[in-house]
Amino acid sequence: MFSDLDIKIVRALQEDLPLTSEPFKEIAEELGISEEFLLEKINSFVEQGIIRRFGAAIRHREAGFTANAMVVWDVEDERTVEVGRIMAEFSEVSHCYQRPRYPDWNYNLFTMVHGKNRDQCQEIAEKIAQAADIANFKLLFSTDELKKTSMKYFV
Amino acid sequence: MDNIDKQLLNIIQRGFPICSQPYQQLADELGTSEEEIIEKIAKLKEEGIIRRLGGIFDSKKLGYKSTLCAIKVPQEKIQEVKEVINSYKGVTHNYLREHNYNMWFTLIVPGAEAIDDVLAEMRRETGIDDIINLPAVNFFKINVNFDLNEV
Repeated sequence: MFSDLDIKIVRALQEDLPLTSEPFKEIAEELGISEEFLLEKINSFVEQGIIRRFGAAIRHREAGFTANAMVVWDVEDERTVEVGRIMAEFSEVSHCYQRPRYPDWNYNLFTMVHGKNRDQCQEIAEKIAQAADIANFKLLFSTDELKKTSMKYFV
Repeated sequence: MDNIDKQLLNIIQRGFPICSQPYQQLADELGTSEEEIIEKIAKLKEEGIIRRLGGIFDSKKLGYKSTLCAIKVPQEKIQEVKEVINSYKGVTHNYLREHNYNMWFTLIVPGAEAIDDVLAEMRRETGIDDIINLPAVNFFKINVNFDLNEV
């Protein structure tokens, strides 16, 4: 599905974009292709969803979103889709996924909630709980970031 | 961060221009110079606010599998287990959280590899059996843009 050239382009685009006037030209020259071809390729990757987005990955802590809570929810299985959609509507929610349960892990919906502090995260979670009518949920605050990197594909 | 920094971050999280002179285009949009845009981005990187500027790929579409895992680590073993878990290239995020399952990490592996095999290896290396594999079975929202005007 991916040609050798596609893979080389992915490898180049997962690195940092050069901070020079014509960064794509620089990458294209290294790959031995034209800038125009590279730009078309990036647009096509974006259209196909292969590139989810092209731009800056930020560290939200440093950017001022100091509190992030993973809010986990115990939602009746038959309501997950309805509830997932309600939760996704909240701008404070960056991610919302359904995941499996385990004997010692009974929460099946996961949302990431971002706020300036813990109280704000708590308030947001309560607001969501009320909107979605969910009684059983928990906020798991992160106490330390042990690793945060970008995946390197095809290396 | 000044106002232009915030506007700049809001734009380049999603709408980074895919064109010959992207920094010049950003400068035109924000009413400043290409040089200033490049300086600002360099500074935001230096300060650690921008982790990387480039393509953010969909692992599934590249033929990879991804999941979220949680492991119960005794307090005195956190450093040791952190080193084991973080040594995997496919572990891209790892956080300590307040719960019995206190270490949470994301794992991405090439399609030909089995997540379960990697977890079995992690269990052996850490000596901890309590690792749960929580792959997303339904996606309702995946959006990692942050509005800096909210900060």
